[in-house]
Amino acid sequence: MTRLSADVAIIGGGLIGAWSAYFLAKRNQRVVLIEKGVVGAQSSGTNFGNLRLQGRFPGQYPLSLRSQALWEEIEELIGERCEFEQTGHLYLAFDGTEHEKIEAYAAVSESHGLAIEHLGPTELRRRWPWLSHRVVGATFSARDATANPRLVTPAVARAAKSLGATMVENCRVTEIRQAGSAFTLRTDTGIEVGAGYVINAAGAWAVAIAEQFGESAPLFPAGPPQFVTEPFPYLIEPSIQAVDGSVIFRQIPRGNVILAGYPRTAADPAANRAPVPPGKTLSAMRALARVAPTLASCHVIRVWSGIEGYLPDMIPVIGPSGTTPGLFHAFGFCGHGFQIGPGVGLCLSEMILDGGTATPLDPFSIGRFAQPVEVSAKFSAEFDTMEPPR
Amino acid sequence: MAEIVIVGAGPAGISAAELLQAHGYHPILLDEGRQAGGQGYRCPSPGLELDMAALMGSEAGKYAGLHARFAALRPHIDYRPGSLVWGIEDKLLHIVQAGVARTLRFDVLILATGAMDRIVPLPGWTLPGVYTLGGAQVALKDQGCFIGRRVAFLGSSPLLALAASQYRRLGAEIAVIADTTPFARKLAALPGLLNSPRSLLRGLAYLGDAMRAGVPVLHGVRPVAVEGDGHVEALVLRDAQGRERRFACDAVALGYGLKPETQLAELAGAQLLYDERFRLWLPKTDIDGRAAPGLYLAGDGATIGGADAAEASGALAAHAVLADLRQSRPAAEAGGLRRRVTRLRAFQAGLARAFAWPVAQIRALPDDVPLCRCENVSVGEIRLAMAQELGPVEVNRVKAMTRCGMGRCQGRVCGPALQEIVAGERAIAGADAGRLRAQAPVKPIALATAAADAP
Repeated sequence: MTRLSADVAIIGGGLIGAWSAYFLAKRNQRVVLIEKGVVGAQSSGTNFGNLRLQGRFPGQYPLSLRSQALWEEIEELIGERCEFEQTGHLYLAFDGTEHEKIEAYAAVSESHGLAIEHLGPTELRRRWPWLSHRVVGATFSARDATANPRLVTPAVARAAKSLGATMVENCRVTEIRQAGSAFTLRTDTGIEVGAGYVINAAGAWAVAIAEQFGESAPLFPAGPPQFVTEPFPYLIEPSIQAVDGSVIFRQIPRGNVILAGYPRTAADPAANRAPVPPGKTLSAMRALARVAPTLASCHVIRVWSGIEGYLPDMIPVIGPSGTTPGLFHAFGFCGHGFQIGPGVGLCLSEMILDGGTATPLDPFSIGRFAQPVEVSAKFSAEFDTMEPPR
Repeated sequence: MAEIVIVGAGPAGISAAELLQAHGYHPILLDEGRQAGGQGYRCPSPGLELDMAALMGSEAGKYAGLHARFAALRPHIDYRPGSLVWGIEDKLLHIVQAGVARTLRFDVLILATGAMDRIVPLPGWTLPGVYTLGGAQVALKDQGCFIGRRVAFLGSSPLLALAASQYRRLGAEIAVIADTTPFARKLAALPGLLNSPRSLLRGLAYLGDAMRAGVPVLHGVRPVAVEGDGHVEALVLRDAQGRERRFACDAVALGYGLKPETQLAELAGAQLLYDERFRLWLPKTDIDGRAAPGLYLAGDGATIGGADAAEASGALAAHAVLADLRQSRPAAEAGGLRRRVTRLRAFQAGLARAFAWPVAQIRALPDDVPLCRCENVSVGEIRLAMAQELGPVEVNRVKAMTRCGMGRCQGRVCGPALQEIVAGERAIAGADAGRLRAQAPVKPIALATAAADAP
């Protein structure tokens, strides 16, 4: 048996865990991160790669903007750029109702200081002549960006490691005990970790850990299907999203078009698989060809998905445990964790080291599930027939 | 009546369809090709007159026989050429046919998806003029074209001599037949090959033909590079004595044996097991081809056995289907078919020793050799990614970090060599390097096919 001693133990080597390790190690904390597989392999590594600021949950803007500032200096922070590109995000509306929806999103964004361009059909044709004429209006945010999720988490974990954090892969936490103010984590490989603080960033597997401390959240797993085409001459700069959820797509400079579309599909965290049903591939292809008819001859070459944790109100749990001092939760990012990942890691490090963070995180308390929460309107549209858990 | 769908109209698929039809079923036979025959018995494009008897040589009778049998069978089955099966979901096939996405329900599925070349990269292998050995044969049989006027055949496969002899018979010049397996290893494998003397003699006859015609035939070579300025100009290699030799040519055909096309089997629920003899992941079946309830595999797509084994295994799979549907004992002739398939596949396993997959040569490839030609990822990039902190240790993570195997072919070409590079870097068994997982679409499909979606 190996016994490791740490100031902070982090469970889960996804983006949240890796950034937490990075910011804690940067402030000279002894950090041990334990990952059941390899770092960045689940939704952190398989998501769409969008760093979208438009259309977020209103209460999340302070966190989002703080996080975007970290993304904007990612190369200075971790020494790798990870294909970060600030090419903007375009929200498309196909009818008047949708147009009202994106304008309402824009009003929220603008109230937090984000610059939004409001585009009518003429301007849209001028800037993106290949866009379908079905688009009646759009909003564009130039500060939105993208990065390559496959590369980011391992790169952040490497940076944390070079700052002294210990990364333990292929190791599953089986039991956590608290005695006095110290935690002991037992694992399936015989490694035991003693730590003063624990961050539960175990993604779709996080509730089992919370429940060891008498609290829970109605987390359920799902997989966002993603698709990629063969390289096509580069013409699409921003990431583009139909607000009806039918398709979101972006093109990387090497030419491939990456696309995704709702509804999300069921995933199996026990078997560690999130298969993409072929019918989803066809509907995403159809939706993309409708928005960008010029891509009709382009071939889809690959599909993938990953297991993400969702909560019925479609916002994450971020913050201290309600039952156990020294325990912090950060999970259930509902498909929008990539953008806020660095910010969440920074806030967690501040909560542990400074006793709090200036960034408002109240809406994300795990305590909100003590009462039944309101089920998000997104449920019916964004998931395959799944009952939201209570 | 049970809906029986067969995928692949080569000798295995045709034999299965024939037997099922003879027992009163009306199978659907899907084939990606426009014409039946598969790769080995591929026939010329319509309107093209080729002397196939001369081209097929000793196999001309079998070629003619299979096509005659298919012509007789065709009116009695539901044959759908030009149908790409790209996904399988429960009992539903996803197909693109004539540019339109369709689905097809089945109760019983026989996959006879055949095989493709297994490739070892070498410096210069992405130059125009380098083909797979199978590609060189397709050009000849389907289009009546040579891949070049003066062709070098490189790899480790009995098919090198066969294809070279087809090329030579129709008038191409052969620069060299260069095999990476040393002659001594071939002799050592000989006893295992004596159970199929006819196949053995045929292989030796091709080599004899080449040598009599003055074609250099080398064993135990180490490939150095394909050279050329914008197109193949020469193949450079070291012979068994270590001398560097340069063979001027305008095309190179590469073949290191065959690799079953297992993607659909995997999607349909077959379990894949690593086979140390072939150093390939092969679907698990019983001797009759049962891979899962309602799923049967036949031909080279199950285990490399060659055309004769494919034919027998197709019939065997059909017997298994009949026995399972009728809950009866297999027909008497199944016993003979089983013995035949077992013997022919054992012969191929022997061949895999005589024409070995050159593991050490792959592991020693220089860093600057492109391994994944779709995404242009070099061997060195794989090594670099694996060497870094928290670097990937198995093929799927290597793919995620480097893009190797992420492109159009989805690792069908680079996968086997990637496996050896990964195993070599970590000094682990081939099986422990992992297996690139199959995903639908198994081949690229155009957006427009979905727009025209039909039931």
